[in-house]
Amino acid sequence: MVLKANRLRKLALAPVLMLLSLASAGVLAAGGKVNQVNMSPGATEIGQSIFDLHMLIFWICVIIGALVFGVMFYSIYYHRKSRGVTPSTFHESTKVEIAWTVVPFLILIGMAVPATSTLLEIYDFDDAEMDIMVTGFQWRWKYEYLNEEGENVVFFSSLRTPQSEIRNAEAKGEHYLLEVDEPMVIPVDTKVRFLVTANDVIHSWWVPELAVKKDAIPGFINETWTRVSTEGIYRGQCAELCGKDHGFMPIVVNVVSKEDYAEWLDEKQAQAAQVSELMAQTFTLDELMERGETVYDRNCLACHGANGEGGVGTPIAGSPIATGDIDAHLEIGINGVPGTAMQAFGSQINNVEMAAVITYQRNAFGNNMGDMVQPIDVYNHKQGQGEN
Amino acid sequence: MGDHHHGPAKGLSRWLFTTNHKDIGTMYLWFSFAMFILGGSFAMIIRAELFQPGMQLVDPAFFNQMTTLHGLVMVFGAIMPSFVGLANWMIPMMIGAPDMALPRMNNWSFWILPPAFLILASTLFMEGGAPAFGWTFYAPLSTTYAPPSVTYFIFSIHVLGLSSIMGSINIIATVMNMRAPGMTYMKMPMFVWTWLITAFLLVAVMPVLAGAVTMMLMDIHFGTSFFSAAGGGDPVLFQHIFWFFGHPEVYIIILPAFGVVSQIIPAFSRKPLFGYDSMVYATAAIAFLSFVVWAHHMYTVGMPVAGELFFMYATMLIAVPTGVKVFNWVSTMWRGAMTFETPMLFAIGFLVLFTIGGFTGLMLSIAPADFQYHDSYFVVAHFHYVMVAGAVFSMSAAVYYWLPKWCGRMYNETMGKTHFWISFIGFNIAFFPQHFVGLAGMPRRIPDYALQFADFNMLSSIGAFIYGASQILFLYNVVATIVAGKPTSEEKTWDGAEGLEWTVATPAPYHTFETPPQVK
Ligand code: HEC
Ligand code: HEM
Ligand SMILES: [Cu+2]
Ligand SMILES: [Cu+2]
Repeated sequence: MVLKANRLRKLALAPVLMLLSLASAGVLAAGGKVNQVNMSPGATEIGQSIFDLHMLIFWICVIIGALVFGVMFYSIYYHRKSRGVTPSTFHESTKVEIAWTVVPFLILIGMAVPATSTLLEIYDFDDAEMDIMVTGFQWRWKYEYLNEEGENVVFFSSLRTPQSEIRNAEAKGEHYLLEVDEPMVIPVDTKVRFLVTANDVIHSWWVPELAVKKDAIPGFINETWTRVSTEGIYRGQCAELCGKDHGFMPIVVNVVSKEDYAEWLDEKQAQAAQVSELMAQTFTLDELMERGETVYDRNCLACHGANGEGGVGTPIAGSPIATGDIDAHLEIGINGVPGTAMQAFGSQINNVEMAAVITYQRNAFGNNMGDMVQPIDVYNHKQGQGEN
Repeated sequence: MGDHHHGPAKGLSRWLFTTNHKDIGTMYLWFSFAMFILGGSFAMIIRAELFQPGMQLVDPAFFNQMTTLHGLVMVFGAIMPSFVGLANWMIPMMIGAPDMALPRMNNWSFWILPPAFLILASTLFMEGGAPAFGWTFYAPLSTTYAPPSVTYFIFSIHVLGLSSIMGSINIIATVMNMRAPGMTYMKMPMFVWTWLITAFLLVAVMPVLAGAVTMMLMDIHFGTSFFSAAGGGDPVLFQHIFWFFGHPEVYIIILPAFGVVSQIIPAFSRKPLFGYDSMVYATAAIAFLSFVVWAHHMYTVGMPVAGELFFMYATMLIAVPTGVKVFNWVSTMWRGAMTFETPMLFAIGFLVLFTIGGFTGLMLSIAPADFQYHDSYFVVAHFHYVMVAGAVFSMSAAVYYWLPKWCGRMYNETMGKTHFWISFIGFNIAFFPQHFVGLAGMPRRIPDYALQFADFNMLSSIGAFIYGASQILFLYNVVATIVAGKPTSEEKTWDGAEGLEWTVATPAPYHTFETPPQVK
């Protein structure tokens, strides 16, 4: 209630705020601030050049606008019939008309020059110190560190904000909708190249403060890069309509010192090694169910429902597949159903997770099949079709 | 009905079978207003959901259906048909022609519209819901990943494309062949000129849109892979084709609005339009340039840098002829003797807000800066300044300006001015803050947003509700005028108005200029 009254009070001030903010747009500091009104120069040199360009054009427009509207309002005030003026009849002037064609043209050239040089800078992909493959999925991002020292570091990054906050059952956290389970981590002062693509539909990878926005297009690999000069956490969102949960696939980039980055990388690699050990293990039904629930909630719930009741996807509770042939079930989990929203999860979750989630689907929601899938079964299934 | 100079038929058949340009114009205008209300109610749902952070009213899937249908209905159902209606009513009267050149086709081009939109609206009730891929329907979201209703969407796009093409052929034929003796091209009113050029644009790009949706249809049902990367196709190809239609489309929307404003500003300034010739050339230049700038909507798809530069320079160039237009309008007002009746207020509102939209357009044309603006609310603000404050304001101006001529009754001036001021204020409260949230990083087409955008979004929603409500006043004013407005039989409603339409009786008789006037 207090919050609301506060907001209403702010709203009453809004028109004043709007004018003030316009006037002060030029001197605003960086950062995704509450009620921020202007672009942020962000934390990169390119971001600063883009910001400068933006302000240059903004001020040019303000000046031209002031002139045009000034003349117009002067005229509206002084040249009104109620003041008893007689209208003049002039209706052309070649000189003036040439002037206001040529002068704007020259101003445009003045804008085009810095715009071109900034653009060329942005398009300079050379000398990148590391590469990260960014892949858009409905509706999360996959980050794959491509250089040797980043080998085996591959993970998905999905929205962490719980449904309860989105559905207004709980108070919203500070980074509502802009928080992920696992952020991308990159080192500071390093030219990082992103190779951007998508798995299903078109997405767009946008982090305003890194001055990067690039469409992620299936079948294409786009290049872009950044070099961040200040450590910190930078947040962005998918910028291209990509279906139902387009608004719910944020991006978080954690920019850390080079030492911290190396440490993080080691840790990730140790984790990867651990997973490959797990692959060879045999689990009990309970263990698989426990892991499976987590995997299901993260990957399948959005379409198949919290209780397996279905939604975008078919119901799992009582599904003929989930209560039928186990191989057919696994096949759908790995390869999806082509031409539908049911994607091939074989390349998105690891074998342990796949084994767990299939087992979970067969034994939860009243399905009680009692059978299970082991990681080795998933491995064999994939081998059987010549995939790894 | 032996009498040749008969009046309108009675009952429903008058409207079903009419070939009279005024009847057809009237139907177009009412139809577009109905679509405006429909598209507007979708917008109200969108703004209500965005009133506060969190999902309150609709789910994300339905939200996407709303943004998609809102865009489609407003562009193809409200704005375009409204100007075709205006063209039907006014072009014959402005060039001294008895009717449109192809009256039966005229009847068709209108009557296929309502079924097309009925089909489009019915997708809301289909399994899987209505199209939810945005009015720009990028593949593969609109093909492989589309709901089944996409097929109906494709069909309705085909039908409305057909309607637009027939309408434009008719306008071209009328303007080229039916001008009264002495009405040379360079004497035509600006509204006729802008429509002539618009009609050429339409004939050129509607088939391209038809091609795009046909390729979608093939991909969805006949196993082709035009836009599917998995089959060797190219999703970016879709965007090139769409925007080759889409950018000229935005000028199709705005050029007739330019025409309207070029009629109204001189009338209330009591002074001839400044720089008529340069207005004509500027319109032609804009139309020509509009074919070579489409990829400014695609700066982030990963074009080669040479492509980016070409499209950036070409787009910036459009600002020159657009600027010429604005300067000409202001010079027309300069040293006139102005009065500010409702049509003039809307025309000035247009001038101010369209210019702001033009400025943001110029900002968007700068490719490196567009990397930050693109697909953010900044773009949403830009195109509402040009489309709503541009096209819709000019349409309101046109209705107030010609309504007395159409129905022989005067609208209520106070109510008209109130409508203007509420619209103007509501519009700015709704859309100005969208510049801010866009620059601060809020993407467009999202049903829910981060907390830092909350205040401006609430403000924006309040403004949208105000703007929406003001249209009810508009409807009331127009209906009240037609039913019970103060009768007027003055030929010239406005003392400064020029043109052949003001030489016929008021209300305009069912048939006008059966013998062509002489234009000196
Ligand atoms: C993006 C939405 C989506 C997500 C996420 C999703 N599915 Fe599906 N799933 C579908 C759809 C749609 C179908 C129905 C496909 C069809 O038409 O046959 C389906 C069908 C299935 C089926 C067959 C059920 C039946 O009775 O037909 C299984 C099994 C399945 N999904 C497993 C999974 C698993 C396991 C996950 C998580 C790892 C998952 N799905 C995540 C959309 C999804
Ligand atoms: C000075 C003239 C103009 C320039 C330079 C200009 C430039 C641009 C640019 C570069 C974009 C792409 C922005 C982006 O997506 O990142 C854009 C978007 C748009 N413009 Fe303009 N514009 C101008 C006038 C107009 C007019 C007159 C209209 C229509 C009446 C219009 C309607 C639109 C629409 C609808 C979009 C968004 C399309 C979408 O993505 O949904 N613009 N404009
Ligand atoms: Cu998205
Ligand atoms: Cu455009």
